[in-house]
Amino acid sequence: MAMTRKQKRLSLIAAAGGVLAVAAGLILFALSDKIVFFYTPSDMVKQGIAAGTRVRIGGLVENGSVKRDAAMNVEFRVTDTEKSLTVHYKGLLPDLFREGQGVVAEGVYEGSDTVLADTVLAKHDENYMPKDVADALKKKGVWQGGKVP
Amino acid sequence: MIVEFGHFAMILAFTTALVQTVLPMWGAVARDPALAAMARYAAFLTFGLVVLAYAALTWAYISSDFSVVNVVMNSHSTKPLMYKISGVWSNHEGSMLLWVLILVVFAALVAIRGGAMPARLLASVLSVQGAIAAAFLLFVILTSNPFLRLAEIPAEGQGLNPILEDPGLAIHPPLLYLGYVGFSVAFSFAVGALVHGRIDAIWARFVRPWTLLAWIFLTLGIAMGSYWAYYELGWGGWWFWDPVENASLMPWLMGTALLHSTVVMEKREALKVWTILLSILTFSLSLLGTFLVRSGVITSVHSFASDPARGIFILGILTLFIGGGLVLFAWRAPALKQGGLFAPVSREGALVVNNLFLATSAVAVLVGTLYPLVLETLNGNKISVGAPYFNLTAVPIFVALLVFVPFGQSLAWKRGDLLAVGQRLLAAFGLAVLAMIATFSVVRGGPVAAPLGLGLGVWLIAGSASDVLYRCCRRGLPLRTMIERALGMPRSAWGTALAHAGMGITVIGISATVWGIETLAIVSPHESLAVGPYTVTLEQSFKRTGQGFREDVVRFAVKEGDQAKGTIESSKRIHTGREMPTTEAGIVTYGLGQLYASVNDTLPDGKVSIRFYWKPLVTLIWAGALVMALGGALSLADRRLRIGASAKARKAVDLQGGSKA
Repeated sequence: MAMTRKQKRLSLIAAAGGVLAVAAGLILFALSDKIVFFYTPSDMVKQGIAAGTRVRIGGLVENGSVKRDAAMNVEFRVTDTEKSLTVHYKGLLPDLFREGQGVVAEGVYEGSDTVLADTVLAKHDENYMPKDVADALKKKGVWQGGKVP
Repeated sequence: MIVEFGHFAMILAFTTALVQTVLPMWGAVARDPALAAMARYAAFLTFGLVVLAYAALTWAYISSDFSVVNVVMNSHSTKPLMYKISGVWSNHEGSMLLWVLILVVFAALVAIRGGAMPARLLASVLSVQGAIAAAFLLFVILTSNPFLRLAEIPAEGQGLNPILEDPGLAIHPPLLYLGYVGFSVAFSFAVGALVHGRIDAIWARFVRPWTLLAWIFLTLGIAMGSYWAYYELGWGGWWFWDPVENASLMPWLMGTALLHSTVVMEKREALKVWTILLSILTFSLSLLGTFLVRSGVITSVHSFASDPARGIFILGILTLFIGGGLVLFAWRAPALKQGGLFAPVSREGALVVNNLFLATSAVAVLVGTLYPLVLETLNGNKISVGAPYFNLTAVPIFVALLVFVPFGQSLAWKRGDLLAVGQRLLAAFGLAVLAMIATFSVVRGGPVAAPLGLGLGVWLIAGSASDVLYRCCRRGLPLRTMIERALGMPRSAWGTALAHAGMGITVIGISATVWGIETLAIVSPHESLAVGPYTVTLEQSFKRTGQGFREDVVRFAVKEGDQAKGTIESSKRIHTGREMPTTEAGIVTYGLGQLYASVNDTLPDGKVSIRFYWKPLVTLIWAGALVMALGGALSLADRRLRIGASAKARKAVDLQGGSKA
C-alpha cells in the first residue's frame, strides 16, 4: 500500500501542523501563567496586587532594616525611597547583598506589604546594578547610574 | 609601538575583508574565474592581519602595558601568565576581537580545504565570510577598540574581575565562540548555494563537516559554561535558564537539527530548501546570541557594559545578515531544484520528525527569551520568564523527541519497517522499563519524573547499543567476524550511537537532580550534620591568604557511616585590589555524585552558617556532553566526511560502504 505523492505530502503537513499546534498551545499557556511581573514597592502599593501572587520586586535594601535569626531566617525592607516592602527569606544571601545597595527578590506576595521570597539576587560586581532596579531608581531620580570609578 | 602595529593591522584587516567580500562575489556572479580566485588569497591576508592584531593585544597583556586602557581595566602585573593571556577575552573589546579571530580562522580553513569545491561556490562562501568579518571588524574599530591608549599611564592595572579569574575563563569563551562562529560557515555555504543557484548532495557533503565541527565545540562550550557556573557561583545549580544560557542553547538546538538534515540531503537529495533555511537560521541565532550578550539589553554575569551605540551597531549587523539571508532565500530558493519526497516511515522521515521537534523547541526558547524584551518595549511591563515557562514548553518538546530517537536511529533509509524495528528495540525497551521499576522501588516516593527520566536515559543508551549490536552481531556468527564487523562499521555510525548514548547519560544526570539533598544549617565547632548518605563535622575555621586574596575557610570532615572520606572546604574570599567578596564552593566527587559546600558566614562565636548539597549522579550531566562531543568527533573522523578528502577516495569508500550507513 504505497502512498501516493499527495498522501505523503499531506501526512507530513499534518504531522508538522499537529506538533506546531501543541507547541503553540504550550507556549501561550506558559506565557499567560508562568511569567512573573517586576514591581517597585510603589507599584505594588499602587496597583493593589492580590495576596498569593508571585512577584519580583526590586529596590534598595533599606539601611538598618536587615534582621537575622539563629535559624537563618532573614528579614529586610526593600525601598524605592517612597514606599517600602518587608521581605522574608530563609537561606543564604548573595555575596554582594548590602544595606543601601540594589537588590531583586522573587517570591509570593503575602498581603500587607510583605513578600515571602525564595530567591534574592544582588549585583554581580561592584559596578553592576540589576537593570530593573536601575531603571526604577533612575525614574525616581534617586540614582544616576553607571559611574565607573 | 607594537600596540599601534596591532591597531593598524586591525584596520588593514577591515579593508582586506572588504576586498574579500566584493571581488570574489563579483567574480562568482559575473563568472570571472580570475576574480573568483582572489577569494582564497584575500581570506589568507585577512586571517594574517587579524592574527597580528590579536597577537599585539595579547603582547600588551603579557607585558602589562598599562598605557592601553583595556589592559589597565582588566589586568594586573602580578597576574599569573594564564590569566594575562585569557584576560584578553575577559572583557567586551577583547572578546569581540577573539570572535573575529575565530571567524577568520574558519574562513582560512575553508580556503585551505576548498580545493575540491566548485570555484564559484568557494568564491561566494569566502565572500560571505569576508562580509561578516568586515562588519564585525568595523564594529570593533568604531565602538569597541581594544587598542585605545591612555595619556597618563597608571602604575598598576585594576585586575581581573575575580569571578573570571579561573581556568574556566581560559576554556569556556573560546570553545563557545568556536561553536557560535563555526556556524557562520554553514550560513556562508547557504548563501553561496543561493547565489550559485545549485544545491545537491555534494554541497551537503562539503557543509556537513563544518557544521559538525561547530556543533562539537558548541556542545563542549555549553557544558563547560554550565560546570563553571555550577562551581563558581556557589548556588549549586548548573542551568538557570538565564537569557545568556538560552542564547547558546538556541543555536545548539537549531544546529543539531541542521546536522541531521544535511545527512538527509547528502544521502537522499531531499530537504534541500529546508537545509538552506536551517543554515541561515542557525547562524542567525548565533548572531542573536552575540547581540543579547554584548548589547547589554539583558543583565547577567556576561553583560560587561551597556553602551547603546554598541547595541544598535550589533542590531544593524544582525538585521543585515539575518534579513539579507532571508530575503535572498525568499528570492532564490524557489529557483532551486526541489528534492524528492519520501515515505513517512523511513530514516529520512524520522529525521524530519527530529528537525520538527528541535526547531520547535528552539522557537519555544526564543519566545521565552525575547518575550520580556518585547513586552517591556510595548507597554513597559517588566517580567521575568524563568524555569516554570521552559519546563512547560521547550523541555516536553525535547523529551518527546528523545522518546523517538532510538526508532529513528534503527529505521532503514527509503522504506523502514516499523514492526521489525520495534522487535529489535524490544530488549532496549524492556531494559528501560526495568530501570524505571527498579528505581521506583528502591527510591520509593519522590517525584515520579525522576524514574521516568532515568528510564528515558536508559532507553537512549540501550537503543544505541542495540543498533550497534544489530549491525555487527548475529546468533551463530563467530566472534571474530562480529569484531571485524564492529571495527568495519563506518565511524559516522559509531559517532551517531555514541552521541545519542551521550544524550542518554546527560538525561540520567539531569533526572537524578530531583534526588538532590539540600541542607541549610548553622553549625557549632565539632558539631555534625547529615547530608544524604554522609555526615559532615565542622573541623576548623581559619584564615588564609593566597595570591591576590585573603579568605575565611571552614573545613569539614566527611564520613560515610564510620568510614572517613576526607575533608571538604569552602571559603569566603576577599579579592584584594577590588575588595570584592566571592564564595568559593567546596566540591568533592564520590562515585558519580558530588558533595557541595557553600559557606555563608562565620559568626563571632565560632559557629558557621553553611549550605550543603548532596547531588547524586550529577557528574553524568557533563560526562554525557563529553560523550556527545566524542561521538561528533568520531563522525568527523569518518573517511567519507573528512574535510577536503579527495573526491576519488570518497567515491571508493562509498562503493564499499554499502546501503545502510
